[in-house]
Amino acid sequence: MDIPYTVKERPDTGLYNGKLGIWLFLASEVMLFGGLFSAYVFLRTGVETWPTGADILNVPLATMNTMFLITSSVTMVMSWASLKLKDFSKFKLYAGLTLLLATGFLIVKYFEYTAKFDHHLYPSTNNFLGIYFTLTGLHVIHVIGGIIVISFFWLTGAKMWKNDPDRFTNRIEIVGLYWHFVDLVWIFLFPVLYLL
Amino acid sequence: MADLTPEEIKHHVKTYIIVFVALAFFTIVTVSISYLDLGVGASIALALIVATIKGSLVVCYFMHLIDERTTIYWTLLATAAMFFILMFVPLGTMLAQAKV
Repeated sequence: MDIPYTVKERPDTGLYNGKLGIWLFLASEVMLFGGLFSAYVFLRTGVETWPTGADILNVPLATMNTMFLITSSVTMVMSWASLKLKDFSKFKLYAGLTLLLATGFLIVKYFEYTAKFDHHLYPSTNNFLGIYFTLTGLHVIHVIGGIIVISFFWLTGAKMWKNDPDRFTNRIEIVGLYWHFVDLVWIFLFPVLYLL
Repeated sequence: MADLTPEEIKHHVKTYIIVFVALAFFTIVTVSISYLDLGVGASIALALIVATIKGSLVVCYFMHLIDERTTIYWTLLATAAMFFILMFVPLGTMLAQAKV
């Protein structure tokens, strides 16, 4: 049995089902990260002094990571646009670049975390580091999730592209929406944790 | 976004490049602002304004929210309302403590 509305838009929502599904998921993600941002505000406003992120964290590395994620968002949307233009090899190129940039982000994060641990700075050290590791750790898990899904489509996409190109294009649009959300979260995490 | 012509997609690609340049520029702006001694309040306000501009660019153009169906707008409106309540919980607590 075919799953309905994977390509065709439902008359009542005006969307194919996967797209409404990912937006509902992203709405729940807003609340997940929102709860933690709320915790950050609560912790910060509850004390007399709060450290400046730049005194503890590595701003140049985080700036590099910001550029990695912003660039990966562009390559992700370009991979979708390539499929719309019926160019599968360009899709492979752009999705591959997205994966490389996402992996670069994780490598930088690994160096950042290990540098903190080497200086005996742990989540339990103080509230600032507690919320820093919680927020960035949850974000890193999302980056890893994105890498797994994009890798799956990068490795196995050729078959679906051959059999059902419109459905495959929609799948890439959906994973793209998720990936842009991961970028969006970092856009707020970066100044809040590192610069203020 | 299902029924776009190749010409429209090519136009979109040009927009993506412009948005990328804008995002890179605003990243430099965010970092530069942090080196200025503006005081805590002004620094937070400016950093959040720049982050909101960057976030809006990502949501509007990469996530195509500028050209979406009303079902998604209503979903996100409800989410935004809940998000603001969540943000005002700690601020409300702070104000309540200040009165005591």
